[in-house]
Amino acid sequence: MDVPGGLNRRDFFMKLGLGSLSIAAVGTSVFAYQFLSPNVLFEPSPVVNAGKPEQYPLDSVTLDVKTGIYVIHSKEGFFALGAICTHLGCLTAWKQEQGIIACPCHGSKFSREGVKVAGPAPKPLPWLRTWVSDDGDLMVDRSATVRPMQFVRV
Amino acid sequence: MAKSMSDVFTDFRDSKVWRSVFRSGAGSSTLHRSLAVQQNIFLHLFPTKVRRRMIGLSATWYLGTLTLGTFLILVATGILLMLYYHPSVPQAYADTKDLQFVVSSGLFLRNLHRWSAHAMVFLVFAHMFKVFYRGAYRPPREFNWVIGVVLLLITLFLSYTGYLLPWDQLAYWAITVGSNIASAVPVMGSKIHFLMLGGNFVDANALLRFYVLHCMILPLCAILFIGIHFWRIRKDGGLYAPVKTQPAAKAAAAGEGA
Repeated sequence: MDVPGGLNRRDFFMKLGLGSLSIAAVGTSVFAYQFLSPNVLFEPSPVVNAGKPEQYPLDSVTLDVKTGIYVIHSKEGFFALGAICTHLGCLTAWKQEQGIIACPCHGSKFSREGVKVAGPAPKPLPWLRTWVSDDGDLMVDRSATVRPMQFVRV
Repeated sequence: MAKSMSDVFTDFRDSKVWRSVFRSGAGSSTLHRSLAVQQNIFLHLFPTKVRRRMIGLSATWYLGTLTLGTFLILVATGILLMLYYHPSVPQAYADTKDLQFVVSSGLFLRNLHRWSAHAMVFLVFAHMFKVFYRGAYRPPREFNWVIGVVLLLITLFLSYTGYLLPWDQLAYWAITVGSNIASAVPVMGSKIHFLMLGGNFVDANALLRFYVLHCMILPLCAILFIGIHFWRIRKDGGLYAPVKTQPAAKAAAAGEGA
């Protein structure tokens, strides 16, 4: 059956079917994307309570393995560094005798202020936002970096 | 438009790549159609030819097909639910509630899984009643009936093991009662109870065992037996439906049986 528009019954149903399938495919993709993106995460808070400042002696570097941060008490004041190597994410360690932060995986070395001294790390260790809470505890926000050399004085 | 589109499709079906996957290629002869079925791992389970009256609604009411349909829905929704469910005592109940109230479309998928599970149990029984009262279990299909009974048991075990996973009071006491029924088995009852729960009462081990049974062991068994069940339909002479006979010919047909 020829229709002036050139669209016979078979074509019409073919287009209707393919169109419906396309809409269903788009809907399924949206559905799948929304379902697969968690609406709630049960990950640890980025804000860490590092305890009373008094427990960190002057000129000390303290690594908290659980949270991956260094709390450093220098003459200028307190500051916190991210302890995760900027190369491929290994946990670094403070070497007291050499006075450097060293990564065991690929040999990157950083100064106590996070500046890269050696190795493949592309960036210095980040300075993390640090402040003293109303209760007098040292707080560190692992999700917020600040410009280096911003010390917290207690 | 349709003409050119089907031409493109025919050319595509004759291409080297397509022919490497589907060897029969383009063409609509009876041979082509038979080869297309025989050479496809999924379709070869089915007969190459089916009598027209066998695919009418009245022949089977599609009860077996609908059961397979609910099973496929359960596999698809079940895999998605597994992405948010941890089979551990502190998390299981909270994850179930999160699926209902936090996860996008989680309520839809969980309810689809639950209602399909109820529907599958119902459809399995309906299918078996249909097969029984139609006499489709008789030779040469008697062994397929046995496989069907195995599939019934797998369905019931799937239903039972899935019941514990929400880890709420209903689940906990239902499995406590159900596992105590198992311990009524003579001689080895308490041993079965102990092995089933991985302990003396429903706890973390039981939750993990039921999860593994529900998500791995029983579905794999079900897929295996469904495969055999469908393949046997073909080998036992196709779908069964009684021949509609005239009253006069009925008496003669009665003597022949199936």
